[in-house]
Amino acid sequence: MFEEVGTTTEGDLIINVGPQHPATHGVLHLVITLNGETIKKVEPHLGFIHRSIEKMCESLSYRQFIYVTSRMDYLSAHINNHACAMCVEKGLQLEIPPRAQVVRVLMDELTRIASHELWWGAMAMDLGAFTPFFHAFRERETINDIMEETCGARLTMNYMVPGGVMQDIHPDFQRKVKEFIQLFKRKIHEYDEMVTGNVIFQNRMKKVGYLSAEDAVSYGCSGPTARGSGVRCDIRKYYPYEVYNNVEFEEILETGGDSFARYMVRIREMEQSVCIIEQLIDNIPEGDFQAKTKAVLKLPKGEFYSRVETARGELGVYIVSEGGTTPYRIKFRSPGFSNLSVLDHIARGSKLGDLVAMMGTLDLVIPDIDR
Amino acid sequence: MFITKYIKEVYLGIKSLLVGMKRTGYYFTHHKEIITQQYPDNRDTLNLPERFKGEVVMPHDEKNEHRCTGCQACELACPNGTIKVITQSVLLADGRKKKAIDKLVYHLELCTMCNLCVVACPSDAIVMAQTFEHSVFDRTKLTKILNNPGSKIMDGIE
Repeated sequence: MFEEVGTTTEGDLIINVGPQHPATHGVLHLVITLNGETIKKVEPHLGFIHRSIEKMCESLSYRQFIYVTSRMDYLSAHINNHACAMCVEKGLQLEIPPRAQVVRVLMDELTRIASHELWWGAMAMDLGAFTPFFHAFRERETINDIMEETCGARLTMNYMVPGGVMQDIHPDFQRKVKEFIQLFKRKIHEYDEMVTGNVIFQNRMKKVGYLSAEDAVSYGCSGPTARGSGVRCDIRKYYPYEVYNNVEFEEILETGGDSFARYMVRIREMEQSVCIIEQLIDNIPEGDFQAKTKAVLKLPKGEFYSRVETARGELGVYIVSEGGTTPYRIKFRSPGFSNLSVLDHIARGSKLGDLVAMMGTLDLVIPDIDR
Repeated sequence: MFITKYIKEVYLGIKSLLVGMKRTGYYFTHHKEIITQQYPDNRDTLNLPERFKGEVVMPHDEKNEHRCTGCQACELACPNGTIKVITQSVLLADGRKKKAIDKLVYHLELCTMCNLCVVACPSDAIVMAQTFEHSVFDRTKLTKILNNPGSKIMDGIE
């Protein structure tokens, strides 16, 4: 095993895939050992955009550190903020008002749709289809407009605060979300027409990058990557937070384990997100959008952990508090890091051209991996 | 057997391509569904939502008065040290001394538009503006003093 990994035999070709300029966002550098066109080894090089977010958080107060986490997995910024706010609330033993809970879940699901849409467009573009990218961004733009109106920003919202949400929802929020749902239900069929049913696409995705359920568990995969292999791991279902135990939705499972299974999980997950939004959008309870909190938050001495299901998998936030106004230590368990670690395993023995399909369906967001 | 399978695959392949191309053709002929905005040309009609977080500003009324008491809550709330409140003590008419702001220095280059300072402000002295075109040629222009020269605090705000 060691010799196979550590050494290259004569005739092997080592190529570098991916941009590595520090000014570009989302840089993943893969060092690939090739034998002909067959991949012998994939070695991801990380650290290009390491910003030491965990260390930064140690010097920020419990209100302040949440905004930094938007910069981890920037495509599901709301869900990251949600996890951090929930962890702080756990420490404060704070009950948040029902209105805030529903608004949080609505925002999470909108973020999930937006994130999956961007993944869909970018993945199709990786495989050489350019049109889907624009189609995906067109619908994503509608979500961004909704976010912009309520939260004031399009990508790094910082909308979740300990105790609830920062501002009440905009008066137009419900109407616009309903309009979006109507639009999106039509458009998701277009996605299937354009990409899912396409014969070239299917041939490139099926039986590529096989990940067995055992490997998915042992590598610590979570989210759609693991559910594509038939591992039941939806945090929303098994460790429900906020109002997820009151809504009906299906945990999407595919047993194929290949790239196409992972693709189908994400496509069908978008439909489930729409289903959750439909159940909640008309039933936002009246009341406060934020619980009363002290001006300076102090967590009691101890350790607190919260987990949420982001668009990529399980995000865990672990706070060690010494009783002060700033955390003693924060650790983020990011889904991207574990999902990337499986790339070497699934890519070995396949062709170089298939690597892009595998990377695309792992849905890698590099700031999430590097933090 | 092989030839039937081959012809079937070719037929299905062409069919799936045509289904996809139908979508492209639809949008090619339906220009109304195109949502592209001609950005620099549409500045006059561009409406940003009122909550859009562009930059921190301090509104002044027509008498050049603001609502800032110099309590430094925004400075404490800011995660990046974007805001510096420089206070001075002013002599009131009845002889008492009172703390008031001299300058509220705002470093736009450090700001992440997290809205925490606006939320923290007890007297609603600072708000978020809807401007977003912040590029300048000189970095020093990004350091701004939010209170107008010669401005003072409104009556009745403690």
